[in-house]
This record gives sequence, C-alpha cells and structure tokens, in this order.
Amino acid sequence: MHIVVCIKQVPDAKDVRLDPETNTLAREGVESIMNPYDRHALEEAVALKEEHGGTVTVITMGPPQAEEVLRESIACGADQALLVSDRAFAGADTWATSYTLAKAIQTLGKVDLTLCGKQAIDGDTAQVGPGIACRLGVPFVTCVQKTRQSSTESIIVERMMDDGFDVVQVPFPALLTVVKDINEPRVASLKGKMKAKKATIPTLSAADIQAEPQNLGLTGSPTQVVRVFSPEARGDRTVFTGTVEEQVDQLVRQLKDHF
Amino acid sequence: MLKIDCDKCIVCGICEASCPFSAIHVEDDCVVVDDNCTLCGACVDNCEVEALSIEVADKKVQDDFADWAGVMVFGECRHGAIAPVTYELLGVGRKLADTRGVALSVVLLGKNVAENSDRLIAAGADYVYLAEHDDLEQFREDVYGYVLEDIIRQKKPEIVLAGATAIGRSVIPFVATLIDAGLTADCTRLEIRESDGMLLQTRPAFGGNIMATIVCPDTRPQMATVRPKVMAALEPDSSRVGVIESIEVQPNAVSSKIEILETVVSDQDQVNIQEVETLVAGGRGLDSAKGFELIRELADELGAAVAASRAAVDSGWIPYPHQVGQTGKTVNPKLYIACGISGAVQHAVGMQSSDIVVAINRDANAPIFDFATYGIVGDLYDVIPALIKRIQEVKSES
Repeated sequence: MHIVVCIKQVPDAKDVRLDPETNTLAREGVESIMNPYDRHALEEAVALKEEHGGTVTVITMGPPQAEEVLRESIACGADQALLVSDRAFAGADTWATSYTLAKAIQTLGKVDLTLCGKQAIDGDTAQVGPGIACRLGVPFVTCVQKTRQSSTESIIVERMMDDGFDVVQVPFPALLTVVKDINEPRVASLKGKMKAKKATIPTLSAADIQAEPQNLGLTGSPTQVVRVFSPEARGDRTVFTGTVEEQVDQLVRQLKDHF
Repeated sequence: MLKIDCDKCIVCGICEASCPFSAIHVEDDCVVVDDNCTLCGACVDNCEVEALSIEVADKKVQDDFADWAGVMVFGECRHGAIAPVTYELLGVGRKLADTRGVALSVVLLGKNVAENSDRLIAAGADYVYLAEHDDLEQFREDVYGYVLEDIIRQKKPEIVLAGATAIGRSVIPFVATLIDAGLTADCTRLEIRESDGMLLQTRPAFGGNIMATIVCPDTRPQMATVRPKVMAALEPDSSRVGVIESIEVQPNAVSSKIEILETVVSDQDQVNIQEVETLVAGGRGLDSAKGFELIRELADELGAAVAASRAAVDSGWIPYPHQVGQTGKTVNPKLYIACGISGAVQHAVGMQSSDIVVAINRDANAPIFDFATYGIVGDLYDVIPALIKRIQEVKSES
C-alpha cells in the first residue's frame, strides 16, 4: 500500500501579529512548526502502513527550509520524503497549491491513499485537500475523526458533521483530510531520528513535475490579497474597580435585565 | 518574480526589516531575494524609492468572463431542514445583488426539498433552483460537487456563496477546483468595490490574528464561504415573488464511489452554543477541568450554556462542540461572559459580535478586555462565587 501525506510548514499562528507601524507581519520570535493537523495525518498513515504493509511518502511544497518538517516526518515513521520547491511556486493560493501538489503526487506512480490535515493553521482554509482530490480524480472525505475499519482496498471512516458524524466507506485510491481526534501522534524514536538525519530528500522543481507555468504561484492564483489589517477592538468598555464584591455589584446592576 | 531595480535602491534596509519571511537581504550596493520569498508584497509596499516590484507572467484569460452575472447561494439542507446559514447568506447576498443590480438565486439539492422554496423567496431569493434526486438525499462530496458544478456552468453567476459549515467547507473547494474559480474561506465581511464591482472578501488568517481582504480579479465566479452567525438574515417577507425552477440532474453526476453507511446525530452535546442567548465561557485561567464545574454553576444560574476557548478544549477539560473561536464556532449571544480567557484574537473572532461581553480575568492587561463591554479584574475563583451569590440575592429581591 502506498500512502502519501501532504505536510505544510507553518509559522506558529498564535505568535503572528501585524506590526502596527509597518503593517507587515512581525516575524520576531515566531517559530516554524509542522502544521498540527498534518501530524495526525502522518500518524494515521504510519498506523495504516503498520497494519497493511507498504510505504509512506511525505511531500511538502515550500521554500528549501521546509525540508525540516520532512525530516521530522521521517523521524516519526515516514519512509521517504519529497520537497516540492521552486521560485515559480511563490505566492500560490489554494488553487495553485493543489495543482502543484497533485502534479507532484502524480510523479509517484501508484498511490492508494493521500492524507492531509483538515487545514493549515496559518490560512485555515481547508481547501487544498479537496482541491488535490479533484485534480487526482479520486473520491475524498473531509474531517475524518476515526478510522473504523481498513483493508488494502478500501476504508471505513467517521466524518465529522455539524450535528454529529457520518460513517463513510470509500474505495482506494482516495483522499482523506483528518481532524485531531483521529489519533494521538507518536513522538519520534531515537532510531527514527537517526534515519531522518541520514535521509536524502530529493527536490522536485516545476519542470520535474511537468507543471504548466501559467498554473503556478502568484500567476496561477485566482485569488489576490489586496489588504491586511489588525482586527478592530471594541470601543465601549468599562473596567470596574474596587473589591471583588464592589465590582460584582456594579456588574450585576448593569446586567439586571438578563436575570 | 520580485524585481529589484538596483539603480533605484538606496540600500536602506527597510525591505529586509519588513519581510515576514526573512527572504530579502542587504548586500553591498543593492538587495537580493532568496527562495523563501512568497511574493507577499510587504517589501514592495514599504520601499520608499520604488526599487521593488512584483512581476507576474501573463495570466490565463477567461473567454466568457463578461457573461457571468448574478449572485448564487448554495442552500444547505440536512435531514430535510434548511441550515440557518442559508438565510444569512440570502441576507448578505440580497445586498450584494442589489448593489450590483443583478438577481439573487439559491440552489437546493436533495430529495423532496421543494417545500422550502417559498421560505427562501421570502428570505430574499429571486430564483430557486431545485435539484431533486433520490441520490441527493444524503450528502456525498462528489455527487453534490458535480451537481453544483453543472448548475453553476448553466447559470453563470458572478458570485457564489456557501456556508462555512462541515458540508460547505468540504464540497465548495472541490467545486471551485472543478470550475477553476477563486475561493475565499470563512469570510466575515463581503462587499462590492465601488470602482470596478469586484467582490471584496474579508477573512481572518493566522488564527484570527490578522484580517485579510481578498479579490478574484480575473476569474468568474467569485466564490466565498461565510461562517454561520456572522451575517444577518432579512425579516421574511411573504409578499416577495420569485421563480422556482427544477434543474434536471444528470445521471453521471450522481454516480458515486462514496457510500454512507450510517448517519449519527450526536446527543453528547444537546445544547447548541450558537442558539442560546447567554453563554458562560471558560479558558486556560480555570487551571483544571474542575473549573468548569464553577462555570456550569454560573451558567445554570443564568439559564446559559457553557462555552470554552481553544486552550481549554486542547487541555481536554471540555469537548470540542463547546469551542468558540476561529477553529471553533462563531457565536453572537446577547450576553457572553468570558472567564479566565486571555482573549487571543483567535477566540475574539468567534465572539466579538456578542451584544454584551463581560470579561473576568486576573491579568488587567489581558487582550480580552479590549473586546469587553464590562471587565472585572480578579481571580475568577473569587469573582464567580461572589457573582453567583449576588445574582441569587437580586433574584430573590424581585
């Protein structure tokens, strides 16, 4: 069984702010991490491989430094990794990203299952997974919270819905996006870390994946960011003073109508 | 590509300082850019001597660009009931359609869903397109996607809106890829740009720490998903008239590889935090799962439901359906009491449209106070018991 996991290196979103003076992203002290949802996709892939045998390939599209998360993936159980990197990919939105990743996956030969995290924590769009499935022409299920049963031919999963969940069966080849509830990712083993250190990670360029230049990066992106700004604060706040009892008393007087 | 004009460059270093990705560096008499560049444009905006520009190769041209007109809403229907977000989309869709001087339509997929048509017209729709088929009774990504693709290609709307729900966030990206359209997820604001009629789509990014406004200048339709409870529905007007049209469902569109074996409606969380008038929410400041007992006590006193921040859910103190924020639910109750929640923007984007926000936090500098109507600075383990006691006193007086 050949399982591909799509990984993204992201800035730790909780630390990202706009510099109020320059209106640009402040990068000081912001760490680059493996997108947390992708960690669960990787764990699910490794668990399926352990059950059915096969290979887990991780791929990422990003700058050369994104190699870090690929090595981390190998340490956590992936067999091989591919970095899809080219200046031509810069500025890609979800449309161009799913095009690029699908093209890269198509160079890998037979793939039974592609796994992605539900979304990346920098953009939070959840659009790349379904986009890749569309381009690969395979059925997909999003927000998978549990694998109920699997074989080398198909998988039965629980898909999270707003009011509960659906139990869904899908034959391979297929693509799934996963949420955090699906598993508890393992920590890298010492052996894994050694393997990660030694691994050779090939880089695929735009030419290597036979991509059409018009579909790549900023050129290929239908969406365009025209403005970034900080969210607005509320203007009308009152912070009470005094002892706890005094503050509570003032609050209760303001909220009387709600009891 | 980032183009650097070394004749203009004065090597001031502002671009290097403004690059969020450390991709541009000052060298002897000019700057150089490396592979980390994402073409975000921050350096271009900040360069005072216009030495930097972004060069984009010729984009593909959409031949029928001018043929696309009208606003279309994906009417979400589950177990025969219209999802409330559909009415909210019709509310904002009506405004966009009126500004553009075009029609507003709604698409309904399912089995026997026609009975909802009048309500959708009363909510603002000029056209109701009904795609009814036995195989559309249950949601399956591929089937819904191909049927929607078909309808969009037939009707050619310039704007397509859908709810950022489990269903919308799953099928709409698939549809956007099928028809090569730009799609913006989780919009919190939609408006028409006066100068050229483009749809301005505003959404939170980086966990809500930053807002971004996005356009799709060269492709149609312009697609967006909108979070539930962000837009307002119109008052239903039963005197409104509209056209109901049945759409023929192509047999190849409903052939699916996905099989739904079972649908489970969860009973673990009977209270939907999006539907109640008062919420009491707990965060990291509770220090343990036990803290939610106190939160529940206050909620019971107020007839409220319990909500939580991501930190509390990630700590395993309370299940995910209670989570408010960018990665949880958006709520807008009449009263929202945030206890021990620092108020990271990721949380704030999910609750800031509440009518009244009360913040209880021991850190007077916590950002939650920026989003609060009333704030109490103090330890919640002192404040909440005092508050419960005072509420009980007031109740017994009246």
